[in-house]
Amino acid sequence: MPIPSQTQPRELVGRSPGQLMWRRFKRDRAGVVSAYVVAFFFLVALAAPLISAAYGKSPTATYGLDEGGLLNEFGYPVAPNGGISGRFWFGLEPTMGRDVLTQLVYGIRTSLLIAAAATVLCVLTGVLVGVTAGYLGGRTDYFLGRFIDLLLAFPAQLSFIAFTPVVYSLFVSPEKQTPTYLRVITLILVLWALGWMGLARLLRGQVLSLREREFVEAARVTGASPWRIITKELLPNLWTPILVQSTLMLPTLVTAEAGLSFIGVGIIEPTPDWGRMFAAGAAYYESDITYIFFPGLAMIIFVVAFNLLGDSVRDAFDPRTKR
Amino acid sequence: MNDILVAEGLTKHFPVMGGFPVKRRVGSVRAVDGLDLTVRAGETFGLVGESGCGKSTTGRLLTRLLEPTAGRVLYQGEDITHAGRKRLAPIRSQIQMIFQDPYSSLNPRHTVGTIISGPMEINGITPAGGREARVRELLETVGLSPEHYNRFPHEFSGGQRQRIGVARALALEPRVIVADEPVSALDVSIQAQVVNLLQRLQRELGIAFLFIAHDLAVVRHFSQRVAVMYLGRIVETGTREDIYDHPRHPYTHALLSAVPEPADAAGPGTPRERIRLTGDVPSPINPPAGCRFRTRCWKARDRCATEEPPLVRAEGSAEGHLSACHFPEDAAPSPSAGT
Ligand SMILES: Nc1ncnc2c1ncn2[C@@H]1O[C@H](COP(=O)(O)OP(=O)(O)O)[C@@H](O)[C@H]1O
Ligand code: SF4
Ligand SMILES: [Mg+2]
Repeated sequence: MPIPSQTQPRELVGRSPGQLMWRRFKRDRAGVVSAYVVAFFFLVALAAPLISAAYGKSPTATYGLDEGGLLNEFGYPVAPNGGISGRFWFGLEPTMGRDVLTQLVYGIRTSLLIAAAATVLCVLTGVLVGVTAGYLGGRTDYFLGRFIDLLLAFPAQLSFIAFTPVVYSLFVSPEKQTPTYLRVITLILVLWALGWMGLARLLRGQVLSLREREFVEAARVTGASPWRIITKELLPNLWTPILVQSTLMLPTLVTAEAGLSFIGVGIIEPTPDWGRMFAAGAAYYESDITYIFFPGLAMIIFVVAFNLLGDSVRDAFDPRTKR
Repeated sequence: MNDILVAEGLTKHFPVMGGFPVKRRVGSVRAVDGLDLTVRAGETFGLVGESGCGKSTTGRLLTRLLEPTAGRVLYQGEDITHAGRKRLAPIRSQIQMIFQDPYSSLNPRHTVGTIISGPMEINGITPAGGREARVRELLETVGLSPEHYNRFPHEFSGGQRQRIGVARALALEPRVIVADEPVSALDVSIQAQVVNLLQRLQRELGIAFLFIAHDLAVVRHFSQRVAVMYLGRIVETGTREDIYDHPRHPYTHALLSAVPEPADAAGPGTPRERIRLTGDVPSPINPPAGCRFRTRCWKARDRCATEEPPLVRAEGSAEGHLSACHFPEDAAPSPSAGT
């Protein structure tokens, strides 16, 4: 028998495509740095109560109103640079006099929670619909495809703005206050409803080509059930697009949520929200540019880092796309 | 005789969709069109024909990967033509398949161990000593190292991958294996090794093979009986000697003339007359009326266009040697006689 062409003949365990991907990823400096940045944001979001406790401030306390000498008679911080001081590291919020750092930390928490939940739902739906359409084909594929086309025809941002109040009114009568948790659920549902189609369509195409591969026939010849073929033969080949798409999806949902809160249909006072800080910042920027600086910088860093991470993940999975 | 796998009038028509705005069936690809064949227990049956003539479709119909349009598939006398997955379950393990493309027939995300033990897992079989031990044993059987258990397909060459595919097909101890052009994707130097492996398995394990190939050369030393296929039909079938030494159908002659002389043929001999097939294979969507081969046959006459030649024993042919031609070639040994 011919000796297989192996370089290290005694190596017992081969490297899986996943392990190869991991090695390539670890070599990509930009990817590793952005992974740390992204992890830092999630850590901040999760540890918001700890951070504010250690820092000794509350996100809702109106320091500027409760204590004299912090805000002037127009409601702007007395101290220069938006009231930045050893006590208020990122300054004070104009008018209300709240601490910007805790507001931002809690705002990131709200936005990331909503975006992450919506991403998980979108990915689950996208996988379910895409794989079903691709694997079953025929009539199912046709109708799911048309449904996807229909949803894609909605202009997403406009639809969010138009439908979010409608969904609120489904839960609570318009005269009553909508509780915060219902607002959060509504935002997640709205982002989910119009966010899953891209992934579904991508996966449908992949499944369509994968199911023609002979390893699927080989599984069927041995009597594998459709469920086994989908979970054991197809899904392992779909992790790449799923992972890449979800890392690219999350930042767009963060900005979408911020956009909604900015416009006023998202999370409202007194719950801190990243996007709403922009709205407030836009109102004050002529007199107090510092207030918008920190939320804006954080958002830019976050979105850029996440997109770089998405690119690196894609490159690591598929070396051919490497620049 | 002990018939293990039988096709009777097997037919597969793929729909051709077209039309606007409403898609509908505008025709059909008659990939397999009324095909009879019998594979006997323990033998190798060669199925030969040009690319596109319906060989793979036949293989997939026999392994029940495709649903036949008409005709029957019998396994050991049992009609399995329309058996569902549950009813097929006990039979599945006995009819296995080796695929043409060693690159797409192994899941790139699975280890060799997972790939080969998959069939056992699906069928809930745990051999004495465990599945892993059995997989390592199978790896040795097909000429690979048991240490390849944890490797991934991308670490192997085409020939090694095909061996992994063979090991997977053997995992359930099948009685018959459909091998769909198992070596045509491999380097010529590797082809012989894999064919030898299959031949050895057939002898040692007594597995029946339906060996599909696109030329007569590969099948030559391996098959006891051979069928030649053209446009979804069998045009000639018989024992190896019948087909190689006494071919009656013009198409078989043409295919044989493309086969290089066996290296062990004594002396230069008479060089085989080279028959060049002219023209393309007609579309299986609209096969020629009468004899399907007539558009490329140098002997075609009027009768060939009107009357379809039945697959029968021509005058002077041996028992069981059938051909479908109105004007068969001479029964005398062909100049290439030599097996
Ligand atoms: N799934 C399919 N749908 C439509 N046509 C098919 C399909 N599979 C095969 N065919 C057609 O059937 C004919 C026979 O194909 P195949 O059995 O693969 O031939 P071979 O294996 O002999 O090369 C070809 O014309 C091919 O295009
Ligand atoms: S029947 Fe006629 S066309 Fe067909 S192979 Fe024989 S001679 Fe040729
Ligand atoms: Mg083929």
